[in-house]
Amino acid sequence: MAARAAALPAPRARRSAAPGLAVGLSTLYLSVIVLLPLAALGWRAHGWNAITTPQAVSALELTLVASGVVALINAVAGTAIAWTLVRDRFFGQGVVNALVDLPFALPTIVAGLTLLALYGPRSPGGVDVAFTRWAILVALLFVTLPFVVRTVQPVLFELDSEMEDAAVSLGASRMATFRRVIFPNILPAILSGVALAFARAIGEFGAVVLISGNLPFKTEVVSVYVFGRIESGDTGGAAAASVVILGISFGILLAIGGVRRWAARHDR
Amino acid sequence: MIGRYALRFGALGYLAVVLAAPVGYVFWRTFEHGFWPAWHAVTAPDALHALKVTLILAAIAVPANTVFGVLAALAIVRHRFPGSGVFNAVVDLPLALSPVVVGLALVLLYGRGGWLGGHHVVFALPGMALATIFVSLPFVVREVVPVLREIGTEQEQAAATLGASALQTFARITWPAIRWATAYGVVLTTARALGEFGAVSVVSGHLAGQTESLTLYVQDRYQAFDEVGAYASAVLLALIAVATLILMTTLKPKQETR
Repeated sequence: MAARAAALPAPRARRSAAPGLAVGLSTLYLSVIVLLPLAALGWRAHGWNAITTPQAVSALELTLVASGVVALINAVAGTAIAWTLVRDRFFGQGVVNALVDLPFALPTIVAGLTLLALYGPRSPGGVDVAFTRWAILVALLFVTLPFVVRTVQPVLFELDSEMEDAAVSLGASRMATFRRVIFPNILPAILSGVALAFARAIGEFGAVVLISGNLPFKTEVVSVYVFGRIESGDTGGAAAASVVILGISFGILLAIGGVRRWAARHDR
Repeated sequence: MIGRYALRFGALGYLAVVLAAPVGYVFWRTFEHGFWPAWHAVTAPDALHALKVTLILAAIAVPANTVFGVLAALAIVRHRFPGSGVFNAVVDLPLALSPVVVGLALVLLYGRGGWLGGHHVVFALPGMALATIFVSLPFVVREVVPVLREIGTEQEQAAATLGASALQTFARITWPAIRWATAYGVVLTTARALGEFGAVSVVSGHLAGQTESLTLYVQDRYQAFDEVGAYASAVLLALIAVATLILMTTLKPKQETR
């Protein structure tokens, strides 16, 4: 015991040098790649009226509302898909499971193009939502599909069936078992997935840009608005609007961190 | 029983309407008039150049972010340092930030009048590479961090006690444990790098045959009413995405049974 205690300090002192290097190098990389450009963005933002014009406010409102609706639909659909993948057995389940990741792997512009082909003016089924707000909804649902599924699925998989059996043996109905036993266990995962989907929806550009038509006051989301400001040479205004988006994105990330810590506390 | 089937068909129906039908339909439209029109569309000089640009961008971004990803994961898990919370949040930022904002930030830094302006970065490959590195930065870190956390430090400490150098400990103990997670992260990074559109769109200047990546080429063809060209290059990108999916599904079990 004494010998072990005496041997301990030396390796600890030795170990600390390598992680120190890792911290230094990765901080440097992160600063050059991420922080320096973002600092330039903040530094060169001017013309703050670019974010208070009716067009900008309307774009921001549309983005927030659409992302909120998409997040809510994902909460239900994502949980249902995760449930079907974990608790159900059917032919082709493995393929469906792999397919859920497709929106992560598919370039957003390709997603936009495919949606425009099927749900656009030349839709074979006669469903034409192009250049309407429905188009934005469909595009955002496409790109955010995996988030809730992939956060809920592992939790549902690990969930101990003993608690459910106990609830059923005590006479709880299937609905009551879900509401009282399963739902509280998967709620943190749902919230975390919903927040990720919300954050992703707010910043989406490629999937929306073709199908939404980008009509100011009607179908122009905030990323497209910023893009329009850049195209018309108003980089200062675009930067000002970008700083607002940056603030929202960072806020959501901090909130997700909060949800995770809360979930970890409730885990035990 | 009825409830189970209702849920199954509800979930699968949703997947079909939102995901499978649109992607399947584009494949069908691309090969509607046979294989050759699509083939000629993706082997046109501008399309091939766009593919080359896309591959170059990925070849720069993926190795850079892999090395960074492993280092950053080690930093996050094995080291308590002041500001590690902020470090963590900044690593995640590219996941949540609009790519248009990323592109604009690079233009403002390296473009005319920027702090580092005047070096032929913006509207050229270096700027596009920086944009691609930015957006694909978090994936290796996010895959490696949980594995590093799970394996703990006992084995590493034992190796160090037995006189292994830091590099030996990493090569013999840490790396074998995280290699599949790293590989999985590399697949995700590659997919993201190949598919980036918004940030590259702002930085590139859309010069056909010069600074046009394959995603930009898809948009360019669509806006030129060249549907065959747009669909064929979109299908090429979708095929790469499907290959990515297959790699992901084969790497996942290895990662779990490690």
